[in-house]
Amino acid sequence: MCGILGVQLLNGERVDRTLLNTMIGQLHHRGPDATGFYIDGPVGFAHARLSIIDLNGGHQPMHNEDQTVWITFNGEIFNYIELRNDLIQKGHRFRTQSDTEVIIHLYEEKGEDCVQYLNGQWAFAIWDKKRDKLFMSRDRLGVRPLFYSLTTRGLLFGSEIKSLLAYPGLTREIDLQALDQLFTFWVTLPPRTIFKGISELPPGHSLVSERGQVTIRSYWNIEYNSSNDSMSEQETAATLLELLTDATKIRLRSDVPVGAYLSGGLDSTVITALIKKTSVSRLKTFSISFEDKEFDERGYQQEASSFLQTDHHEVRCSAQDIGRVFPDVIWHTEKPILRTAPAPLFLLSKLVREQGYKVVLTGEGSDEMLGGYDIFKEAKIRKFWAAFPESKIRPLLLKRLYPYLENIQAQSPAYLKAFFHVRREDRLSPFFSHLPRWELTSKLKMFFSEDVKSELKESHAYDELRELLPSNYSKWDGFSQAQFLETMYLLPGYILSSQGDRMAMAHSVEGRFPFLDHRVVEFAAKIPPAMKMKVLNEKYILKQAVGDLVPVSIKKRPKQPYRAPDIKSFIGGDTNAVRHEYVEELLSADRIQKDGIFNPNTVQSLLEKARKGRAIGVKDNMAFVGILSTQLIVDQFINRVIGRRQDGTAA
Amino acid sequence: MEQQHERELRQYVIDNFLFGQGGSELKNDDSFMERGIVDSTGVLELVAFLEEQFQVKVEDEDLIPANLDSINNLLLYLKKKQQSLKKRNPFIRVEGLAESA
Repeated sequence: MCGILGVQLLNGERVDRTLLNTMIGQLHHRGPDATGFYIDGPVGFAHARLSIIDLNGGHQPMHNEDQTVWITFNGEIFNYIELRNDLIQKGHRFRTQSDTEVIIHLYEEKGEDCVQYLNGQWAFAIWDKKRDKLFMSRDRLGVRPLFYSLTTRGLLFGSEIKSLLAYPGLTREIDLQALDQLFTFWVTLPPRTIFKGISELPPGHSLVSERGQVTIRSYWNIEYNSSNDSMSEQETAATLLELLTDATKIRLRSDVPVGAYLSGGLDSTVITALIKKTSVSRLKTFSISFEDKEFDERGYQQEASSFLQTDHHEVRCSAQDIGRVFPDVIWHTEKPILRTAPAPLFLLSKLVREQGYKVVLTGEGSDEMLGGYDIFKEAKIRKFWAAFPESKIRPLLLKRLYPYLENIQAQSPAYLKAFFHVRREDRLSPFFSHLPRWELTSKLKMFFSEDVKSELKESHAYDELRELLPSNYSKWDGFSQAQFLETMYLLPGYILSSQGDRMAMAHSVEGRFPFLDHRVVEFAAKIPPAMKMKVLNEKYILKQAVGDLVPVSIKKRPKQPYRAPDIKSFIGGDTNAVRHEYVEELLSADRIQKDGIFNPNTVQSLLEKARKGRAIGVKDNMAFVGILSTQLIVDQFINRVIGRRQDGTAA
Repeated sequence: MEQQHERELRQYVIDNFLFGQGGSELKNDDSFMERGIVDSTGVLELVAFLEEQFQVKVEDEDLIPANLDSINNLLLYLKKKQQSLKKRNPFIRVEGLAESA
């Protein structure tokens, strides 16, 4: 796990090492253990290393036997031992025990197809000297980040955008189309990022730069096909458990100790149980608890920890803590966010690091692959109800869906019906499952300034997404379509990045995700939806698969999505005052006017409502966090030459 | 009096849900839900406002769009509430509502 960076100049000019050094300096948090450089005329690589496998031999950039193939690599290849043995059989000579060297030899053997054989999480670039070819790749599901920019002088790439922005003369400007997407889908659709001219290599894609030509192609697709339902429920559960056990086992490969996150939910408990099953040592587990009871899951965390006998550590998180670290959080997410939920994970990775740990396994991916999210359930109820619109009973199921949301519980059937009403045109939409979420989020665009609104007049976020859908999308059932949208967009664009890689790597911690082993993902895509969600019982097949490995109470508990206090993190206390100076500064009418993205009057009205303690709705909370985080992006990445705000104190 | 209620309701909806925007375009019979002005929390905010501003008690069974989903519906609802109060106790004087009786 590391930070990678590279430059390929077009005019034949030699890459300047001092410049590489400045750029890689921005990624120090990703790799504090060592820094390495490789320059071959117009091509230059840099690497910031976090040592995890082959602590003494794994330095990078690394090369093959005759130094004609060079790599800078961020991530882990979990099946490297098996691949290495195969390659040795074929006559390759290895100098190290690292997984990095395995990619080099596999590339020599298979060329660009090498990625098909990798089981892991990666972002890497290979310089093939003989062919004069730069080859870059990102893992199937986008666990590890990779950004690039094509400038008139050449190609730049790096693990985080801040490393690219350190390149002199690069434009720093918000891409308004991307902003429009973010205020619709919660994410930007790759290759777009929130910065104009800076692109994200989409998950499951490779990039080749050869003779001045850049080609980007997909090497992996998820295919939902439940026609293979010859497998019984029992066989499906057994196969799933077998795959998950192996996925966990190979993710324990490391030369440093490995811990686990334990959220109190089913998924992380399953992973912790599987670790305990395969390894005998006392496992350290980590969790977040909240002062605010509304968000706290401490009881379940302790139950899981005592059932699985782990050495458990927790970080207690208050609303003030979230507000305090928020500028740092946005420095790392490098994009606006609509919820503060990443912030506690920033504090959690700090705890992990302080405990001397660099690697944690977590339960991410289970909800997307096995149908855990409320959005799947909500879509199912809406569809069920649309089939009999006059039913008075059917909409009441929606109350069961959100037991933790008081405002839904308080609604009359007439209002429930009105809120979740299925319009005729919605039933035919390819985005049926996501329309309520996206339409609610789109309402936040009312806070945009008149200039931004007029700039976006012709822009339709749905159209760009429609273009990206695979050709067989329309043939899939609605449940699979919803899974696809979550897996391809929210997962890499928010869960694994803003809430995942970026929060963990802020404190040099690597996350590993057994549910995202491609064998698990490919198998899960073939499980019939009815086994994933049996009536309204989410992740049913997983619960069947894990049997008594996890406590019954955890299997039976109502699902609670991970959330954190939003507006309350910034405004609160007895007087409902703004808690942090930077919030006053960035949301002031002058500042909003000057930065030009939002309307100063509407922002002031929202602030006023929040100060009165009346901004309690989801929309108000998302608007507040979205506006503040966008202002922090502008402040730290556009207005300043060297960006980071100094009022964050947690780093 | 009804005019004053109308002004207060409009101002509240514009400040609280529209954050000061597009007030002149808001018609009295615009559906709050169709225009995306009010969501599930919005309904509860609205109820809190009615109870605080007009001293009415909004019963659970009153929580229906026919009562709350536009300025006109709200005005009608307030009128109805006030009449039923009077019917129950002709001597009661409810702040803000009594005069329109």
